[in-house]
Amino acid sequence: MIYEVFRQERKGQPLQHAGSVEAPDGAFADVYAREQYGRRGESTSLWIVPRDSVIEIDEFVDELNRNYHRVDGYPLKEKLREARERAGTTAPAGDR
Amino acid sequence: MSEREQAFLEYVQSGGQVETADWMPDDYRSKLVKFIEMHGNSELMGVLPEREWILRAPTLQRKLALTAKVQDEVGHSQLIYRVVEDLGKPREQCLDDLISGKAKFHNVFHYPTKTWGDVGVIAWLVDAAAIISQKALLKCSYAPYARIMKKICWEESFHILHGRDVVLTLMNGTDAQRELVQEALDRWWGPLMQFHGNPIPKDDDPMYVWRIKSQGNEEARQQFLDGYAPQIWELGLTVPDPKLRKSDEGVWEYTEPDWDELRSVVTGHGPKSQDRLDLRRKARENSAWVRKVVLAQAA
Amino acid sequence: MNEQEQQLLLEIADDELILGWRDSEWTGIAPLLEEDVAFSSIAQNEIGHARALYELVAKERGTSADALAFDRAPEEYRCSRLVELRLLDWEKTIARHYLYEQSDAARLERLKQSDDPDIAGLAAKIDREEAYHRMHAQMWFDRLKDESRFTAALEELEPLLEEGRDDHTAELAELWDEMTVVRRSQPAGTAW
Repeated sequence: MIYEVFRQERKGQPLQHAGSVEAPDGAFADVYAREQYGRRGESTSLWIVPRDSVIEIDEFVDELNRNYHRVDGYPLKEKLREARERAGTTAPAGDR
Repeated sequence: MSEREQAFLEYVQSGGQVETADWMPDDYRSKLVKFIEMHGNSELMGVLPEREWILRAPTLQRKLALTAKVQDEVGHSQLIYRVVEDLGKPREQCLDDLISGKAKFHNVFHYPTKTWGDVGVIAWLVDAAAIISQKALLKCSYAPYARIMKKICWEESFHILHGRDVVLTLMNGTDAQRELVQEALDRWWGPLMQFHGNPIPKDDDPMYVWRIKSQGNEEARQQFLDGYAPQIWELGLTVPDPKLRKSDEGVWEYTEPDWDELRSVVTGHGPKSQDRLDLRRKARENSAWVRKVVLAQAA
Repeated sequence: MNEQEQQLLLEIADDELILGWRDSEWTGIAPLLEEDVAFSSIAQNEIGHARALYELVAKERGTSADALAFDRAPEEYRCSRLVELRLLDWEKTIARHYLYEQSDAARLERLKQSDDPDIAGLAAKIDREEAYHRMHAQMWFDRLKDESRFTAALEELEPLLEEGRDDHTAELAELWDEMTVVRRSQPAGTAW
């Protein structure tokens, strides 16, 4: 059985996928993961998960470009220019 | 080349990376598997020349360091074979092909280790030559392989230091100890110069074209000489090539390596090729029952 | 530290050294790649334990851990016959591993009660590392306990635990020869 190994290098850092080991069960996977990803004290924490338990998602559908909840849905340059013209002002220092 | 393959080629040549489940041209996949498999085989076979010296290490510190170094190499083969398996070729099949001679491993692991001097020279110079190639693989277009290369390079960092430490201690020691280093270097120089392969132009090398390798063979060899010829000479050691020098243009010149020897060795005719494959085969046969008990039960 | 305590420490150190040496013979040829890596760590830990124990004795005697580990004659080692054997069959190696760890656990418990704080302290450290070895041995025991070759190996090796430490097998002398061949090639005190 293949077990995926996730490791955390230091406290505060996210767990990241590090690799995989082949083992007959969780007890062996524990030993083998700890050896391959921790024998030099290079990890503070490991998560091991049977590969079959991992649900993989790699397709994300956005056919209608739903940008109302993203920063790129808010191009304000033109509106700002018009508003400043109307108020007879120029851009303050530090503003785009 | 089909349109799809052409697009893929442009993608990898502009730095694009490929994951396991992505579509890839058949040629890319087969060259990739062969390349990575050879690397895995090399790490596994590389263990054998050094193993004997674990038992003869002259201090507890050296014993520990050498055991840890060889352990790392086994660990690397595990990482690499996992990548190959995820590309579709199971580990057992890789080992079958290695033992039968169908698959290859790097030239340096076909030669004998004769003294403690070899232990130092191998860890210092052979590992250095390997690391140059490995650093270039950090940019491999196939992402899972690039990722394990990061771990491999990080672990290799102590190997070279250990090697240099062994060599420096010998060079600062008795005349007999100094002689061990020179004698070993004289024997290893030829294989070292052949290690990076013959100077095929980058653009004629499919490995480079597909961006599996990001460096040509000659580039790697020049890098090796740049880094290590000075380190060798500063210890008062000599290299058995009177032509070795850096030209005014900054290019290293040397006697043409024996490419026939490389070809012959890599196809299983090296001095220790068959002995070592035999050892692998016997160890594997002897422990087949263990794998059956441990892995079959889980199936 | 009195002479008796030194002898006991040397006994444990020699066991760990020779067992570690034997266990390191599997590096590169173990049945599974992942196991190869794990078992190599165990071998390294054993050598590390031996080194720490030798260092305690070396301080008392004004010598070095390396001198104690390498420069005594084979007859002077205090290791058990069990650890001396070259056992390149996995069932025998695991049987020895299992038997040794159990016996060693009891020995370490006693050592943790020592009046000497250096000894008690080191024993506690070693015991914490050995917990991992015991877990590993148990894990393999559970997998192999129904295999007849494994139970046969346990039966064959268990009596060796009880045997005396004054009589060594021929295998120890052979191992010692190989272990010291490089070191003996230069005068005592040469740096390696």
